[in-house]
Parts: sequence; C-alpha cells; structure tokens
Amino acid sequence: MTSLPYARIRRRLELSLPKGVVTVGRLLARRVLLAVPLIWAIMTLTFFLLRLAPGDPVVQILGDRATGPQYDQLRHQLGLDRPMLQQYLEFIGNLAHGEVGKSLFSSRSATAVVLDRMPATLSLAIGATILSVLGGIAAGVYAALRKRADGSAVQVAAIVGQSVPDFWLGLVLIGLFAVHWNWLPANGFVPFTESLNGWALSMVLPVVTLGLAAMGSVARMTRAAMISALDREFIRTLRANGVSNRSIVFRHALKNAAIPVTTLIGVRFIGMLSSAVIVEQVFALPGVGTLAIDSASNHDYPVMQALVLYLTVVVVAVNVIVDVVYSWLNPKVRLA
Amino acid sequence: MITWKRLTVGLRRPMAVACLLVLGTLVIAAVLAKWIAPDDPYQQDLSNVLSGPSAAHWLGTDELGRDILSRLIYGARLSLFAGLLCIAVAVLLGVTAGVLAGFFAGRVMILFDRVTDLLLATPVIMILLTVLAVFGPNMNAAMIALGVMLSADFMRLSRGSTLEARSALYVDAAQVFGLSRTRILLRHIVPNVLGPVIVRASTLFGAALFIEAGLSFIGLGARPPTPTWGSMVAAAGNAIYKQPWYLVPTGGIIVLTVLASNLFGDTLLDATVDGAARARPRRWSRLKKQRQATVVSATAVKTPAGNAKSDETLRAPAAVFERDARQAGEGEGPKTGLLSVSGLEVSFPSADGWRPVVTDVGFEVPHRGSLGIVGESGSGKTITMLALLGLVPSPGKVTAGKIFFNGRELDPSRPSSFNVVRGSEIGFVAQEPMVSLDPVFTVGAQLAEPMRHRGRMSSRAAHGRVLELLDLVGMPDPRRAAASYPHELSGGMAQRVAIALALGLEPKLLVADEPTTALDVTVQADILDLFRSLQEQLSMSMVIVTHDFGVLADSCDSALVMYAGEVVEQGPVDEVLSAPAMPYTAGLLRSNPYSAVALGRLPVITGSVPDPGAWPSGCRFQARCAVATPECAEGSIPLTTVTSHRRARCVRVTEAVRS
Amino acid sequence: MNETKKALLEVRDLSVVFASAGRWRKPVTAVNGVSFEIARGETLGIVGESGSGKSTIARAVLGLVRPSAGQMLFEGQDITYAGHRQRRKVAADLSVVFQDPYSSLNPALSIGTILAEPLIAQKVNRDTARERIGKLIADVGLPPDSIHRFPRQFSGGQRQRIAIARALAVEPSLIICDEPVSALDLSIQAQIVNLLADIRDEFGLAMLFVAHDLSIVRHVAHRTAVVFHGSVMEVGPAEQIYGNPLHPYSVALSAAALVPDPKLQRERRRARSGLSRTPAQQTPTATTGCPFWSRCPERMSKCETVRPTLVRATNETSVACHLYGEKV
Repeated sequence: MTSLPYARIRRRLELSLPKGVVTVGRLLARRVLLAVPLIWAIMTLTFFLLRLAPGDPVVQILGDRATGPQYDQLRHQLGLDRPMLQQYLEFIGNLAHGEVGKSLFSSRSATAVVLDRMPATLSLAIGATILSVLGGIAAGVYAALRKRADGSAVQVAAIVGQSVPDFWLGLVLIGLFAVHWNWLPANGFVPFTESLNGWALSMVLPVVTLGLAAMGSVARMTRAAMISALDREFIRTLRANGVSNRSIVFRHALKNAAIPVTTLIGVRFIGMLSSAVIVEQVFALPGVGTLAIDSASNHDYPVMQALVLYLTVVVVAVNVIVDVVYSWLNPKVRLA
Repeated sequence: MITWKRLTVGLRRPMAVACLLVLGTLVIAAVLAKWIAPDDPYQQDLSNVLSGPSAAHWLGTDELGRDILSRLIYGARLSLFAGLLCIAVAVLLGVTAGVLAGFFAGRVMILFDRVTDLLLATPVIMILLTVLAVFGPNMNAAMIALGVMLSADFMRLSRGSTLEARSALYVDAAQVFGLSRTRILLRHIVPNVLGPVIVRASTLFGAALFIEAGLSFIGLGARPPTPTWGSMVAAAGNAIYKQPWYLVPTGGIIVLTVLASNLFGDTLLDATVDGAARARPRRWSRLKKQRQATVVSATAVKTPAGNAKSDETLRAPAAVFERDARQAGEGEGPKTGLLSVSGLEVSFPSADGWRPVVTDVGFEVPHRGSLGIVGESGSGKTITMLALLGLVPSPGKVTAGKIFFNGRELDPSRPSSFNVVRGSEIGFVAQEPMVSLDPVFTVGAQLAEPMRHRGRMSSRAAHGRVLELLDLVGMPDPRRAAASYPHELSGGMAQRVAIALALGLEPKLLVADEPTTALDVTVQADILDLFRSLQEQLSMSMVIVTHDFGVLADSCDSALVMYAGEVVEQGPVDEVLSAPAMPYTAGLLRSNPYSAVALGRLPVITGSVPDPGAWPSGCRFQARCAVATPECAEGSIPLTTVTSHRRARCVRVTEAVRS
Repeated sequence: MNETKKALLEVRDLSVVFASAGRWRKPVTAVNGVSFEIARGETLGIVGESGSGKSTIARAVLGLVRPSAGQMLFEGQDITYAGHRQRRKVAADLSVVFQDPYSSLNPALSIGTILAEPLIAQKVNRDTARERIGKLIADVGLPPDSIHRFPRQFSGGQRQRIAIARALAVEPSLIICDEPVSALDLSIQAQIVNLLADIRDEFGLAMLFVAHDLSIVRHVAHRTAVVFHGSVMEVGPAEQIYGNPLHPYSVALSAAALVPDPKLQRERRRARSGLSRTPAQQTPTATTGCPFWSRCPERMSKCETVRPTLVRATNETSVACHLYGEKV
C-alpha cells in the first residue's frame, strides 16, 4: 500500500525475470556501485601516501650529477612542480578515463606497463587457486569422513602446510626438483604463446609453492564445514527417508559445506596476489612483483598507481565472483 | 561460541602448553640474545664459509663464515617483534572498533562496514611497498601499516561475537536490571569476544611473520649485515648449489615459530569445539541445551550414592538380555503386527564401560495402528525411535533386542540392515520442519531424490509424483511449493513438505518425532488432522513420539509411557489416560494445567528425571513417587499385566487401578 | 477499565515497528496500537501464537525495544522513551524472567554473582546483598551452596528458579514473565508455575505473563489478553476467555488446544472441523481491516476494510470484532 513508485517498478521488473537472474543482476549492480567509491578512496590514499615519500623521482631519473635548471625543467615537464591539489584533481580526472599517466621512466602508459605483467601473475594465482581448491576440498572431505586417525593426519598435514613460508618452500622445491633431480626448470617464464609445454613446466613449481598453504587452509575449512554439515538435523531426516549415503555426503553435505569454503577461497586468492609478488622473485617470473618492487624503489608513481588500480579491480572482481557463487549456493542470501 | 571458560580448558591441553613453551623459548632467546648466542653474529670468518653443522658452529656458517645459530637468535628479535607489533596494532584497533560497533550498532555499523570493505580490498603488498618506499627500510612502519590492514579482520570478528553476545538473553537481563554499560561490556560481552580473538591472533601472527620474512627476503627489510630470518633464507637461496643445508635451519626456524602459533590457535579452537560436542548429551529431544545441563548436573550434583549404584545398572542389562533371549526363544519368528520390538537396549560408552540409556523396551504396532510413545526429556523415547530407524547416533549402539518389521527381522545392532526399509517402508518426520529440510535444495529436488534413486523413477515421473504428494499433504499451490526453498515456507507448510518427503515411497509405517512441538496451536491441530487423514487414505501405521498427552489423546490408539529409559506403562490410549496404572502417568496427567483449577496450585511431581548413570535399583521413579514403599527398591520391577492388553511397571499396579 | 488511577502499569496505543533488513523492504509492524493496564498485585496473561507480537510487547515494557508510538506509564511515570538513568530507577520495581533459562544466565558467572547484579545496579551494600541472596536462594527452593556454582551445573528447572530469584532480588512490584515455562518438561513446568504463584501471593507482586498456551495462562492469570498480529483481539477474565471465548480468533485458538482426554478430544475435534475456516497456514494479507479477516469463519464485507476497535462486549470483557461492535 505504501510502497514507493520506484520500488513498485522494480518489483514489476523482477517479476518478469527468473528469480536467480534477478538476484545475481542486483548483486552485480550493487557491487559495481560500491566499487567506484572504493577504488576512488584507495587511489586517493595511495596518491597522497606516495607524494609523502622522501626522495625525488627527478633525481632518480637524471642521476645526481645534473644541474638545478635541468631538474626543474624535467620536474615541470612531468607536472611535479604544480600544487599538490591541482595534481590530484588532474589525477582523478584521468582516473575517470581509466588512465593514471605515463611511466616516469619508460614514457609508456603506466597501465600498459602493468598489463604486460599481469598474465604471469594471474596465471600463477589462478593456477595455485585451482590446485588448492581441488586438493583442499578432496583432502577436507576425506578427513571429515574418517574422523579418527586418517582425519587427524590430514589435519596435521594441513596445519604444517600452512606453516611453511612460500618463498622458502619455493627454494626447497628448486633444490629438490631442479638442482637435485633436475626434473623441472629452476626459474624463468615461458609464455604459453611460445610453447605450451614449456609454459606448463615453468609454472609447476611456482604454482605448487603458492598453492600449498592455501590448500592446507581449504582442507581444514572443508573438514570443519563438512563435519558440521553432517551433524545437522536435515541429514538425519534425509537418511531416515531413504536418501543414499553417497548423496548425503556429496550432494547435501558438500553443497552446504561449500558455503563457508567459498568465502575462504576468495580471501585466499586475494592473499595470493600479495604472496605472488614474493614467489615471483624466487622463480624470476616476469609478473607484477618485480615491477612493483622496482617502481617502488624508483618512485615511479604512475606505475605504482596503476598497480594499485589493477590489483584493486582484481580484488573487487574476485569478491563479485565469490558473491555470485555464494548466492547460488545459499538461496537464503537475499540482498540487503 | 568460544567462551572464556572453554578457552581456559583448551589452554590446559598438552599441545597448547607445548606450543606456548616453544614460543616462550624463542622470545626469551631473542631477549637474552646477547648472553645466549654462542658467537658474535657479525663475526666473519672467510676461511670457513658455508660449512655444515659442526661442534664449533652447531648450525653451520653462512656465506661470510658467520655463525648461523647466533644470527638466527639475533634475527628472532626483529622477526618476533615485527609479528607482535603487527598483531598488537591489529587487535587493539580492530577489537576496540569492532566491540564498540557491535555494542552500539546503528549507523556506526554502516561506517565500519565501509571501512572494513576498504581495508580488505586494499592490495596489501602495494601498501607495504609504498610504506617501505616512504619510510625507507623501516620494518616497524610496514608492520604497523599491516596491522592497520589486518585490523579489519579483527573488526569483523569481534563485531560478530559482540552481536552474538549482545543477543544473549543474559545481556537483555543485565540491561533490564539497570547495570551500567561499562559493566555489561566488561562482564558480559568482552569475555565472549576474547576467545575467538585469541584464536585468530595466533593464526594471523604466523601470517604477519611470513610477510615480514618475505619482505626481508626480497631485500626490503633491515639493511645487511643486520641478521633477519628472511634475508638469511635469501642468502641460503643464493647458495643453494653450494650448500643446500643452509636452507634447513633458516627456513626451519620460521616453520617452527609459525607452526607453534598455528597449532596453538588450532588446539584452542579444537578444545572449544570438542567441549561443545562432549557436553552434548547422548539423547536427542526438544531442547538440546537443556539436556546438556542435566548431563553435567548429574555428575556434579548427584550424591556418591549414584556412583555406588552404577555397578548394579551395569549388571542389570545382562539379566534383561537373558530374559529376552528366553522370551524370544518362546515366540520365534515374526508376530502378528506390522512392527514388533522386544527387549530393546541402547547404550552409550561412559567412563566405566557401556552404559544403557534405554532398557528392555518392547511394543507392537498393528497394521493401520497408531502408537504414541510419550515421556519427558530423558525418558529415552527419542533414542527408542531412532533405534527403530537404525539411526542411533554414534557412539551409541543397540546392545540388545529384536525388531521384526513387516515379516522380516531387522538386526538392530547393525544399522545397515535398516537401509532396505528406510524411506521405502518406513518414513520419518522430524520435529522441527525448518531444520529438517536441506536449506540449499528446492523442495521439489529434495522430494524427488528418494523416488529417483530408491524408486528408480524417471525425473519427469518423479516430478509428477512430487506435485501429487504436495497436493496430498494440502499445499495450496504444489507447483510453486516445489520450486521454493525451505526458508520461503512457513513452519506449518514446511512440516507438510517434510511429511510429503516421508510419504514419497509409500511407506507402511510413518515414524514422527514430536511432529507438532515446534508449531503454533492452530497449525498443530491442522497437522494432526492431516496425519489422521493420511493414515486412513494410505492405510499406514504410525508411531508418534511426543511429550504432550494432548497429541496422544488426539492421534494415537495405543500408548507407551516411558520414564528414565524404560517402558512404565502401555495400553490403549483411552484406558491409560482415563485410569493410569502407574503413579508417574497419573502424576503427569494431574499436573497438566488443563485439568487443574484456575489460580489454584498445580499438583506436582517433585524432583526431576534421573540420568542414566544415576538410576536407582528397583523402580526408577521411586524417589519422586508419593506412594513408594520399601518394596519398590528391591530388584528390577517387571512389567506387570494389568488387564488383558495393559501392562505397567509398578509393584502397586493392582491397587492403583482399583482405587 | 476505569481504574486507571490505580494502574501499576499502563500501556496506551503501543506500536512497535521494526525496520526490516534491506533498505527497500517494508518495515514490519510487530505491535499495532496495543493498550492494557495492570493493577497492583494483578496478573495479566498475554496469549498469542508465534509472530503475534506478544514477546515484543513484553520487551517494549522492559525497554529492550523502542516503541514507535504510544505511551507506557509505570507507577505513574512515563517510561516510553526512558533513558539509561531512568531505566535504572525503574529497575528497582520492574524485573523479568525470560523463556530460555540457558541463554538468560551468563555461563561464565557464578550464581552468587548473577543474583548480585540487580543489587549492584541498585547500589545495595555488600552485606545487605549477601544476606538477601541467601534468602532468595532459600525462597526459590535451591540448596544454600548454589551461590558458588555455575549455571551449567543446574538443570532447566533449577535454572529457571535461579532466574526467578534474580527477578525477586530487587523486591519489584511487577515481574514480566516471557514464556517462563515453555521450554520445560511437564512435571518441571508445574513446579515452576507453582513457585511463581507462591511468590506472587507472598510478595503481592503484579505479573505480566506471556504464553502461547491458554490453559497455562488461565491457571496463572486473573485476566487474559489474546493478541494476533500485533493487536489485542480480546481481553477479559482468564477463566472466561478459556472457557467461553467471544472473538472468533480466541474461539479458534481455544478449539485448537488439545486436551489429554481422548473422548473429549474427539468431540472437540469434531466441533472444530465444523467451523468453516481457511487453513491456518494462510498468511494474512495486508489489509486495512481486521488482521484476522482472511481466516475468520464469520467474516463480513466490512471486516476487510474497517479495522475493529476494542469495545465492551460484556461487563468485564472487551473484544475487537465487528460482531460485537454492532451489539453495543
């Protein structure tokens, strides 16, 4: 009776679409709307943080032997002599067009520089995620079904796996598989456009290195979630009414258990983006990691800003995917 | 919820103690490095670089011939301090903000949501690199920044537990009684928040240590020659071809530290989860929490006399078993009814062996008959019902008894022997419809499943049958109901769906566990009507487990009254309710407010149901019975025949019925 | 109901509206214009099904939910939007027993501390408090050493005794009992009901007794109010509402109650099926009229659009139904 016109229109619109589509559509719209201020806030934060840094990029570029006027000229050229607020407004203006300026060193667009490096990092993080999801869920389900000795063995292995620093694990794997047995390349990246086989071989160790810890935590979460799902009331009702054990475990319990596991996988993926920076160093992969470290030490602001922008976009995208999967798994999720 | 109490229990576990010892040793070694370290960590010896372990250098030497052990001990100072600093910042910021946001709720919550969203979406590594660029190689600044970002995690966590604690009725009570907000926060809320925070902090300490070591590893930590764990791993990596051993102690120390803190958190968490599971009683019925208390109180409050008697209860089942073996020997083979149970005993492991919780239960359900099993919590009615389905919850098991169903014998001690009848010949309706349906599948999908797999129907046929069933149980719009999820239905509707699930394969027996307890009065009446009409239409038999004599009177034709794990009275409902033969049944009926005089006192049975460990010898009701005689304590009381089809377990049966 | 001057608690046109989760959803009206009063020493029962708003009424009186409209007077002072300080004063005379004796006692505190808290809030000195707690424990029939124990060491019935002792600690004039026995077994339920009746008579307390069951309320209360979807449908003497209800909803509620007498129950069942009715599951549609309209066997066209107000039907009973509105 009292519903506002837009609410009524919205409801009518939704009635003409299947329920799931509406949910997902609304979810996406909401997420994108929220992402805009989020990206703005993070970019602003890093903009001012970077400007606070001691050390002058101009000195970095020209070296410390140039004369005063030369410095000033370059500073003017790069727009670094204008008031901070003006620089900021310009920056935001560019950002609205998806640009963050040119790299101070290569004079290429900073976003292009970053985009060049994304494939290696993303294939590393995605590969590690796939490994941790497949391995972790399988181990977790197994551990949940065998509560006693086997189950706790998996549990202990998972905790140990989580306690191994990835950069060290990478070195140990290199030591064993590359140095000792010489089965796999120690480092280097072969783009898959060059050789699919070479690419796969070059990714094995980095992916295992990055994925192992996440696999441990996925296994533990899966085990806990499976045990609590199997303990729920409806399991008994279904069993009592003739649903087979296999379906109880792999259909009902697993789908319920997948709900918290999905959230964890999203969190782990985001964490892997950070760990990847370090793992890339171990295997000398040309990902965003090296770029990030170099641009940080060179004060190449535009490239750092572009890195922040891309990583934030990836984080937002992952969160959207997690939300979509989540709402598919859990029909109770209605948008707030 | 991880309460403070349960956490302290976890702290006493050997594993937790061991972890704390490891971490404590590391901290002490770091603090006392000057006196403990065997060598000067900066003392180079280029004649002895990259040596393996030796008497002079227990863990070998590094690329400049420095003692690795000493460098690790000095390195611990930086690494442990960095981890602690980060966690301290995160906990202080996050917990304060989270608790306040949870306690004061309202608009503040929205603000906190936005801030946590922001912090969680920020690319951690980029911020750290920026901070390191801004402040130079200053790990403390980076760790404070990391702490700020991790505080989002503690904010969510502590806000969640604050909200949970805040919704507890004892917080409402504290508010009603006018306690100050400070006291409510400190006494009632914060203790509930600390548990989860400590568990999480111990995990995130490891994560912070990883990041610190990682940054040092890529050369952004303290400048050489200052020893850090991360830079030592990096050096070991460079020497991987020459001295692989170097990797072992440098990584090992990180693994050891992080493992100790992870295991510590895990042990605490485990202790709290186990604590909850252990406290969970072996019996299943209305209020799980209720029994949780009774079980504990039995061990804590009961007098030593209870212990003295436990021997006797342990011996008793054997006797019962013998007697039943004899009985079974007499009347071999299935009896006339659809279901026949005799000498059923269910036991759970206890400190002193298998302890029976249900003993010597026997009854029959004729074709198209309906039996009501009635009793209070702790009577064993639910366990008896689960035994009928072969679903006695682990670690319990059926330790004696025979079950004949529809002309075949089911071995109650072997749950798998029930697989053939569950669903197809026996259907089950649980107490709470909302939790007895799988929340993530549609009603249609759940109903169709047994038909497709057990009934081997095609998916189309199953769907058609689902709609028929939903119509049969009185759902107004079967098509819409099939497409909805359980949470979209009202309680009464969900119970109709649960009934449809039980009827899927046209069972001959429907077992219902308190099927209307969770429902409103008017809905309850409708559901009972539905049961009755379904029973007629499908000519089924029914077993209804209930605590409510009203349900018994309404829907059953014979009654089985249970008390403290045994049958105390059985017979036709009309007779049992109009002239109870056992003082317990009579007392319960009298204390029903329906029959009492308004504003007068209700006649009561004093005391409460004894727990399995505390059953007295003889009549288990004797302590609460107004007409008990010394005779009642002598040996086990058999079920006595009252009239041709009524039996009661009471030495004064005949008197009771006469009066 | 003209003895308003003497009323201990007076509630006028109380409404509680909850903003539902989600900005675009309609707020939920849990309580819709409820009025009642309780005299000193009187017990008023409030009966309703789940979602009827009966507990929300109790929580509003206790200051745990904020009323959106209406007025509440306790001992003559307006407590509708009482702040923390005023609530603390009110707490000296108003206390509570909740339904769930598990969640209502903090598991981490000893019984002694739990019982001391209301006294601490009232700044009672230590010695007086200790003495008082000892007496309370005895009053509710618990062993004296209980004060050193923790809630988990007690059964449901015993915990409810502790909750009652806590409610008595400040010597209140009114206790709000929110379904105090619904979670208990039948034999324990009777013990607790008797205990409540005893303390009420001994201390001359007034009570607001919320329940979902007419028979228990009849046993405890002097008067009963039947609520449905946030509104009072009928209020009058407990015995009359139990035995001879007037409002069609009270009739339905009473007819649906089960009695432990098979012959009588069979008759009642027959009588109930004689009432023409739509299934109880049907959720009431939004309406400007009577909330019970869609389920009412005696509905008239007027019922859908015009909301009936409480009117005198007999000397002591008021009913919100057009059937009775016309008679007067």
